[in-house]
Amino acid sequence: MATGVPAAPSTLTTPALRLDKAGGWKLFLKTVGARAYPRVIGAQREKSWMFFEIFLPLLAVAAYVFVYRAIQAPEEYIGFVIVGGAMTAFWMNILWSMSSQLYWEKETGNLALYIMAPNSMMAILLGMAFGGLFMTSVRALVIFVVGSWLFQVQYQVTSFWQLFVVFMLTMIALYGMGMMAASVFLLLSREAWHISNLAQEPVYLMSGFYFPVKNLGFVTALAASFIPLTVGLDALRQLAFPSGSSLGFLSVQVEIAILIGLSIIFLIGARWLLAYMEKLAIREGRLTESRR
Amino acid sequence: MSTKTSLSAIPGLPKLLRSFRLSAWLGWQIESNWADPFLFAIYSLVKPLAAVGILVVMYSVITGGDFESAMFTYMYIGNAFYLFVGQVMTGISWAVIDDREHYKTIKYIYLAPIHFPTYLLGRGVARFLITSISVAVTLILGVLFLDVQIILSQVNWPLLLITMLVGVNMLAMMGLILASVMLLMAHHNWGLGEAVAGALYLFSGAIFPLEVLPPFLRLIGYLMPTTYWLELIRRSLAPQIAGTFPTLQNLSNTQLFEILLILTIVFGILSVITFRWCDHRARERGLIDVVTNY
Repeated sequence: MATGVPAAPSTLTTPALRLDKAGGWKLFLKTVGARAYPRVIGAQREKSWMFFEIFLPLLAVAAYVFVYRAIQAPEEYIGFVIVGGAMTAFWMNILWSMSSQLYWEKETGNLALYIMAPNSMMAILLGMAFGGLFMTSVRALVIFVVGSWLFQVQYQVTSFWQLFVVFMLTMIALYGMGMMAASVFLLLSREAWHISNLAQEPVYLMSGFYFPVKNLGFVTALAASFIPLTVGLDALRQLAFPSGSSLGFLSVQVEIAILIGLSIIFLIGARWLLAYMEKLAIREGRLTESRR
Repeated sequence: MSTKTSLSAIPGLPKLLRSFRLSAWLGWQIESNWADPFLFAIYSLVKPLAAVGILVVMYSVITGGDFESAMFTYMYIGNAFYLFVGQVMTGISWAVIDDREHYKTIKYIYLAPIHFPTYLLGRGVARFLITSISVAVTLILGVLFLDVQIILSQVNWPLLLITMLVGVNMLAMMGLILASVMLLMAHHNWGLGEAVAGALYLFSGAIFPLEVLPPFLRLIGYLMPTTYWLELIRRSLAPQIAGTFPTLQNLSNTQLFEILLILTIVFGILSVITFRWCDHRARERGLIDVVTNY
């Protein structure tokens, strides 16, 4: 150039400005952390959720305890309500903060950015799960500890090892289901919102959140077993209460096997559906548009 | 934005009615136009029926299916009508998050010449209508299949009608209080209205008599208008079971109604104060059109 103005140094060749791009597993983990971060930090910035997410649900669970007291139920049923009430936190998290989240992200304009960015959608969903787990676990733990203390629930754990395995498998299968449902709900668009709304009380009923699922009959309980919380909750009760095994739907070993199967199916399903959804977004270019 | 838009410049009745009518229509469209009428009807019924089903199964497991007892009718009617509490409160309060963070239209609504609290109340109408059908179906199924003790010839229809009229206004005021608080809150929670209603479930004597509660919690129940509302509903629908439980037994229908009316007025005043304060704070802190998606 003959303008007399010295040319600016090219930014492309300046080593100091070159970005250190992550790739592979490092990118995957960074993405998980990045998506979990706003959820954890958001919970710190405005603590009103503690009142609405912990204290109020605790009162709602207490209402079911007093129903059992009013009809003079055996004391163990109060323990069943506390354990079931604590687990509702995870189901709510799956429904609203996992399954519906991609639809919500689409509506708020973030989904297109997620798909364009050179990261894995699986990592984004895992980040959502870990971020959401923080608030959810606090809620579940408080309901469990405070509820057990307030209503003097007596536990008699037969195997801590199995209890831990059942809980972890239930979480893996449940969050796998949430990741899979996120893609399905996104494809369903606005109906997803209503499906989430619909899947609260009916699932509390079918999965036996407040009573042993065995009481619904074998066929109904079996049909409800595709929701990991049905068998997970039943196994937890069997392992934590003296009369749990007599009120159990299937043996703990069988329920563990079902949970392993569900974990594998849901995680593979989530990966497959996410890939399909990404393909659809690229091919048709309509997935990320907001249709109201 | 002028703070006079919705604080002091309250428009005349025709304008209020117009805001209410249009927001009710908008709410109905949002709630119902995502599905065909048949699917929508199923959707509207499954959720409330499942909520009632939980209690029916709990009761059945313990009592061996003794549905003819007064306790079951008490619980069933209370639970069926309590559906209104969650749905009306959610309908009104969720409109804040929906318009602010989903549709992002709240700033335009604030700028438009409408009365914002009236707009919010209108948004609750759709859920009220849907829930009315759900409650009716729940009661019919209860009478037909579960021996719920409602005898049509004994129903006190005028009492039921006037109790519903006052009760719906009371619930609307509670919903407006919650909506006001939501103007200041981040979007952490999806089911805030239902969470609040779930908590109030404990104190309202909806599914068990207040005597079951420890004395200090019972006191909160006596301060809640929903307690008197549900008692009046039970007395109008099933007068024969009203005397079975000691809760509020010494109060006549007129006394109960007077208490309900006074508490509704108190909640009405509280809702105005709460809305004015929260609205002012939200404007001062720039939260009217904030998006807080975690």
